[in-house]
Amino acid sequence: MPSSLLQFTGKSIFCAQANVHIDPSIPVNRAIITHAHSDHARFGSEKYLAHKDSESILRLRLGEDISLQTVEYGELFNINGVNFSLHPAGHIIGSAQVRVEYKDEVWVASGDYKLENDHFSVPFEPVKCNVFITESTFGLPIYKWQPQQKIFDEIDAWHAKNITEGKVSILMGYSLGKMQRILKNITIGSDKIFAHGAIYILNERLRSAGFNLPALTLVTKETDKKLFRGALVLAPPSVDSSSWIKKFAPYSLGYCSGWMSVRGAKNRRAVDQGFILSDHADWNDLNTAVKNTGAEKVFVTHGFTSVFSRWLNENNIDAAEVQTMYGVDEDNDSTPIHL
Amino acid sequence: MKLFAALFLNLDRSNKTNDKIELLKNYFITADEGDKIWALALFCGRRPSFKVNSKQIQQWAASEANIPDWLFRESYNSVGDLGETISLILAECKSPVQGKSLSEWFDYLNMLPSMSDEEKRNHIILAWQKLSQHEIFVFNKLMMGSFRIGVSQTLVVRAVAEATNTESNIIAHRLMGKWLPTNTTYDKLIFKEDKNDTASRPYPFYLSHPIEGPLADLGNTQDWFAEWKWDGIRAQIIFRNNELFIWTRGEDLATDKFPELHILKTLLPEGTVLDGEIVCYQDNKPLPFNILQTRIGRKNLNKKILQDAPIAFIVYDLLEENGIDIRNIAQQERRNRLEQLYNKIIGTEALIISPLIEFKKWEELEELHKLSRQNAAEGFMIKKKSSTYQVGRKKGDWWKWKVSPLSVDAVLVYAQKGHGRRAELFTDYTFAVWDDEKKLVPFAKAYSGLTDKEIAQVDNFIKKNTLEKFGPVRTVAPQLVFEIGFEGINTSSRHKSGIAVRFPRILRWRKDKTINEADTLQNLKTILDAFI
Repeated sequence: MPSSLLQFTGKSIFCAQANVHIDPSIPVNRAIITHAHSDHARFGSEKYLAHKDSESILRLRLGEDISLQTVEYGELFNINGVNFSLHPAGHIIGSAQVRVEYKDEVWVASGDYKLENDHFSVPFEPVKCNVFITESTFGLPIYKWQPQQKIFDEIDAWHAKNITEGKVSILMGYSLGKMQRILKNITIGSDKIFAHGAIYILNERLRSAGFNLPALTLVTKETDKKLFRGALVLAPPSVDSSSWIKKFAPYSLGYCSGWMSVRGAKNRRAVDQGFILSDHADWNDLNTAVKNTGAEKVFVTHGFTSVFSRWLNENNIDAAEVQTMYGVDEDNDSTPIHL
Repeated sequence: MKLFAALFLNLDRSNKTNDKIELLKNYFITADEGDKIWALALFCGRRPSFKVNSKQIQQWAASEANIPDWLFRESYNSVGDLGETISLILAECKSPVQGKSLSEWFDYLNMLPSMSDEEKRNHIILAWQKLSQHEIFVFNKLMMGSFRIGVSQTLVVRAVAEATNTESNIIAHRLMGKWLPTNTTYDKLIFKEDKNDTASRPYPFYLSHPIEGPLADLGNTQDWFAEWKWDGIRAQIIFRNNELFIWTRGEDLATDKFPELHILKTLLPEGTVLDGEIVCYQDNKPLPFNILQTRIGRKNLNKKILQDAPIAFIVYDLLEENGIDIRNIAQQERRNRLEQLYNKIIGTEALIISPLIEFKKWEELEELHKLSRQNAAEGFMIKKKSSTYQVGRKKGDWWKWKVSPLSVDAVLVYAQKGHGRRAELFTDYTFAVWDDEKKLVPFAKAYSGLTDKEIAQVDNFIKKNTLEKFGPVRTVAPQLVFEIGFEGINTSSRHKSGIAVRFPRILRWRKDKTINEADTLQNLKTILDAFI
């Protein structure tokens, strides 16, 4: 039986030996951040540590003057006798699994991850461990992704069709992660790509940090509407019920998300076209990832925790369900934030 | 099949009525002749039953997908649609065969009823193996039904009318009656009027709109009729070729269910169609709807039921007279002819004419409206004297003015995920009121009445405040209060609260109220006493 090197406090994944919190939801003394999505990277901690590719976005979101130490993938750092290292999670730019080693025992907290190479973030790397902490956002066998090229072909075809019908293509998806992935993979020329402010700012930030992304044109009140004709407009998922979208009429509304697998989710959002594209592992990849760690114990966090842990137990992998605070905002649109 | 599957996909994707009509119209122009009748049957709810057991299908799909039954159920709970769940959990077919047409798939399905379970299993799995993910979904829909993709019969009627350049009320008429895809063809149904087949056909019902704004906006009271709005089952009684047919608004041929009305066979003149309301009726007055409910849906009507829940037909319109369609004649004249006809019919208490309310000023009507419940009515129907009898729900000439619903403030205690458009969201709620011992007793389930935004908020609350899970049902921390409206209330031995309400729905979210301010069971009983 493994020790409790990492503990689930409900507010973070906590390493008592090192007095370090992974992805804390409350301000702490020392935090390791798996990735810069806002349900994992929270404001107010004294010291942060993250992968170097996360730096620009973390400073943008948490404050330019935060105390932030950055490391490379695989670089070992020791805190109070505990060996830590970050390893690629393939979820978004800079996303990392946290490997924690103490007295011959290895735990890995994976944060969010996907196995497919998205051509922007460093691809997922399996890490052997005794205890693996996995997400389960899409931990049901109904979620099975197609190879991404097929989805990008669909997006290209949809855009081509919109051009012939004289419509603007408005493509919604998460600003951080999904949009960069789309930009790196579609064939539409960047001179024809417009962006909502939320996406534009992130894109500029990443470009000035040295990432190879195309320049986008910011949509403003003054932008000449004629320019939108035949264009692609990138937008965060929140715009579909806003007045911002009206100026593009006539348009076709597309949405990139793993949730688009299910008709109910698609119809509820009233989008014209759903593209099943997710930065999380699907059912098969969750199983593959867990198997490849060789872990003797698995903790299942945010998502279909009870289902996936029961499934692992029935397949002879000792697993338990953990309630965490992740997955309740920007990366999981089935659960809106405001009440 | 490919064409139909694409139609289905596009209909499902589209949110606009005109786009849907365009898609359907194009389908009815381009599809194979043999397929059209099946498509029509599906959209009009006339899919034959293939005698498949949904439990078995679930087991077969789970074993084919190599997952345990519980995992299948979890998936189903999340997706909210069985046919879709199956299509999602099965492994993707690498090389779908584009072989069979829609009608050939129906021939394939038609073999199911005579098969053994083992044969059925192989037959169905073989089909799944040949089809693409989306086609599996459509195939499952053909096999098991519920085609909820926002295509109403009215929409189909419009599309077929446009595709064939025919008036839509003619198409609506031709699509009624007792046709089945197995005993007719698209051409016969849509193009060829056959006198012998049409004897049973009802007219499309004319439906009213809720009144908007003050009554005075309707103008001069002399231009309008007012009648009580009876709370029963809307129906047409047809007497043609010496045969009596009773059609309800749900397009059920329900002649057998109302033997009290069979005497009309000997009393109505040939070629008569009456429009009215079937209600339970005793001692010269209508009984509440829940008494009628006790006999709807029963296969056998025994003596006791007929004694306890006797029905009558309250007639308010004459649509066909001496075999002639008089729907285009003004309401006032139709009413005259109806009264003349009614006065000649002697010898039954099962036919009652809906009395016209006398009023000179709108204010008088407003006073009388308060007596609706006393008169076992839901309010008033206000009909323009010059109006023709139209098709479907049309604004302007027939208005319904219903009494406001009864209501209580109740606490959300259980939640379950919805289906269809609301799959994956908690949208099916159970509400409770306080009993004498200060415990919350569930008394009603309600689905609708919230905006999409509110649904998202409540869904989020439920996910964060689940106390227990029982299969798909979650017990929720009692914190949210809603005003629940309902149309009727009665005692019930089946409910823990001892009370059953009719058509419960959420009127609004009482964010201003705490659970301690919610209503009590005693409040409900007071409403009950006043209502009966």
